[in-house]
Amino acid sequence: MTMSAQQTMTIEVFRYHPETDDEPRFQAYEVPYDEDWVVLDALNWIKDHVDGSLTHRWSCRMGVCGSCGMMVNGDPKLTCAAFLKDYYPRPIKVEPLVNFPVERDLVVSLDGFMEKLEAVKPYIIRDDVNDTSGGEYLQSPAELAQYKQYSMCINCMLCYAACPVAGHEDEFLGPAALALGHRYNKDSRDQGQSERLDVMLVGEAIWGCTFVGECTVVCPKHVDPAGAIQQAKAVGAQEYFKRFVAPKGAGV
Amino acid sequence: MAHGTTHEHDVIIIGGGGAGLRASIAIAQENPDFSVACVSKVYPMRSHTVTAEGGAAAKIKPNDSLEDHIYDTISGADWLADQDAVEYFVNEAPTEMIQLEHWGCPWSREPDGSVAVRPFGGMKIERTWFAADKTGFHMLHSLFQTTLKYGNIVRYDEHFATRLLIDGNGRCRGCAAIELRTGTVRAILGKAVIICTGGAGRVFPFTTNGSIKTGDGMSMAYRAGVALKDMEFIQYHPTGLPGTGILITEASRGEGGILVNKDGYRYLQDYELGEALDVSDPRHPQKRAMELGPRDRLSQCFIKERWAGRTIETKDGHVVHLDLRHLGEAKIDKKIPFVRELSRNYAGIDPVYKPIPVRPVVHYVMGGIDVDSNSATSVPGLYAAGECACVSINGANRLGSNSLTELLVFGAQAGRHAARFAMDNPDYDVPDLEAQAEDEGARIRRAWFDTSRKDGERIVTLRTELHEAMEDGAGIYRNADSLQAACETIADLHERYRNVTLDDHTNSFNTELTAALELGSLLDVAEAMAHSAVERTESRGSHQRLDHTERNDDDFLAHSMAFHQNDGSPPRIEYKPVTITKWPPGARTYGAGSGLKKSEST
Repeated sequence: MTMSAQQTMTIEVFRYHPETDDEPRFQAYEVPYDEDWVVLDALNWIKDHVDGSLTHRWSCRMGVCGSCGMMVNGDPKLTCAAFLKDYYPRPIKVEPLVNFPVERDLVVSLDGFMEKLEAVKPYIIRDDVNDTSGGEYLQSPAELAQYKQYSMCINCMLCYAACPVAGHEDEFLGPAALALGHRYNKDSRDQGQSERLDVMLVGEAIWGCTFVGECTVVCPKHVDPAGAIQQAKAVGAQEYFKRFVAPKGAGV
Repeated sequence: MAHGTTHEHDVIIIGGGGAGLRASIAIAQENPDFSVACVSKVYPMRSHTVTAEGGAAAKIKPNDSLEDHIYDTISGADWLADQDAVEYFVNEAPTEMIQLEHWGCPWSREPDGSVAVRPFGGMKIERTWFAADKTGFHMLHSLFQTTLKYGNIVRYDEHFATRLLIDGNGRCRGCAAIELRTGTVRAILGKAVIICTGGAGRVFPFTTNGSIKTGDGMSMAYRAGVALKDMEFIQYHPTGLPGTGILITEASRGEGGILVNKDGYRYLQDYELGEALDVSDPRHPQKRAMELGPRDRLSQCFIKERWAGRTIETKDGHVVHLDLRHLGEAKIDKKIPFVRELSRNYAGIDPVYKPIPVRPVVHYVMGGIDVDSNSATSVPGLYAAGECACVSINGANRLGSNSLTELLVFGAQAGRHAARFAMDNPDYDVPDLEAQAEDEGARIRRAWFDTSRKDGERIVTLRTELHEAMEDGAGIYRNADSLQAACETIADLHERYRNVTLDDHTNSFNTELTAALELGSLLDVAEAMAHSAVERTESRGSHQRLDHTERNDDDFLAHSMAFHQNDGSPPRIEYKPVTITKWPPGARTYGAGSGLKKSEST
């Protein structure tokens, strides 16, 4: 990047500090424009050179650690994959992901998501004793394909920011957690579907979804949480029928 | 910093990446009554293990053998690996990999349902397990999600550990850590501690490593008196994207990709790496040859091509081309889809139609916290595993796909040994350790929150100078002058570090403070690297001296050990012999017919 005759652009950043601010505000910064830069590069440049108090999360800057999700001009984006050139010369407005409590500036609290993720039991559940001496469990490429795409979730939270239900309905487990629960239900090595359905079929946990499908649209890793939820609801409806409408032994 | 309440557990693990999570599970599973604390400066699923792409090595197929994996590792390491540790590693690797398969890792499969393997550089036989080309991501998430099964693993997410706490008997009993949300410094105490904080690629300007890879754990151990071992050995991966340093996995060459210079010529054939077989030849890609040579050699060949004027100049520096076009779209999408995604997004190149510009990029630190083959450091109760540790199985050059397996094998082992130590040494003095943590909070406040200090330097100024010093002085080729210059700059930066001032003197989520602390870690790690490199007057593996071009087994078949000096003087460098069991040092040959000859093994 050469600084001579440097073109610049404006980044408006959401600022909020719990120790000093009653209300959030926006602060505008002029940053050098480089067509190779992503929004995250601009934020890092501001923090390094202009204002060390600007606060955001980031790490891998290659779209896989899931740290740097923010609202960019109103859309949930990984800022390491949102290029300045796609906005230049118009200003860019950067805000924390919506539907989450703000900790400070662009950092949101993940507490709620972490609880929901844990609730869906996102791990292999089996009846037998764990024993590695027999080698790997066989799983055909077709069986792998049953759940593979749901395992691609990087927990970046863009889907929660895009979901019209996640912000209002606390009981709703939300797109990523449900997709990950479904991922294990579809894994041929797993026997835990019944335990997971115990969690997913309660109240609005899964039924809260109204099939808007924005989660799938915004997913940077092409996971289809909306599809996962739809499939899980179908399984859930059958299970619901078996458990509550026609319990075991009722002769149905 | 406010002083927080003390928390007590049985074992404290610092770091929530692959090694830390594997250690957590090992302890939680085998000791259900134990409470395990996992302290991480990021949420575990953000850890840098997540970016590993190509795969993890372990013997699983009948055409492979443990002996071949051992020999490939030792010769790849240019005989600086400890052979007892390598044997343990290779023997344990299959069990650990199967265990991770049982925990749900979505390994790519053969049609019969068994796990698929692919070749990697420096391997005689293909033995790399893979989950397409997001292996580290899948391993990390499988491990993290599995930890959620254990109620006795207590996570301290976004807690930045700054200091190890040592009791009156010299045993490590926990750490002081800043809770980022509140800025509170608290004592997190336990009967044993495992450091699993990963590497330190951010010492260099051009690296595949994420921003969090700042060597914090190495620095903490170094300051607690543990040696940093073999720090002069830094791996450049031969294929990073120019500009960003994003990694293009070695799997792209394992699947048949080729490297060409500005004339479209496969230049590796000029550097004793074997014959350039046509890409349509059924024997291509040939193992332990050409594009499947080891990383140190391939990165060195790039520099020689550059010196010869045969690289391609771009606005982001010189590159060569990684050509995958002959693989075809279907194979690229099936086997290495992430390579296509990254190349399109970050280089504007679709590898189905165009070659990818690549250049060597700092990727991995072979050295690290000195541990023995039980993952124990010289401080009782302190263990280390993963990239931050140096056992050493990686010696002077790590083989691609050994590091992910290393996380599992040594993560589990560190967990077991730390748990045993905790059982045997249960008692410690809480007030003494709490006082140390309180001192640490006061130290941080004094150093960074003194608002009367103004007009100091910015973090970025020092970090940039450190980057330049390391790239200029301690890159792929070094000499006495370049390294000495780096040592002097690092000493100067250590002085100036005390005069860095922050804009932010608030408590909640102060990432400018953590960036300043990370800069301190980087300076410690850089100091150990540069001084160890000055003293090693030979060339071995990734450490190539233009003024001492040959390997010298008489004087340097030994691990360097850098000891921190509290008076600010340079580290003391000592040497510890390499453990050689069955594989005496030999010529490191690649190309046709290389690899283990039965007569070499006794």
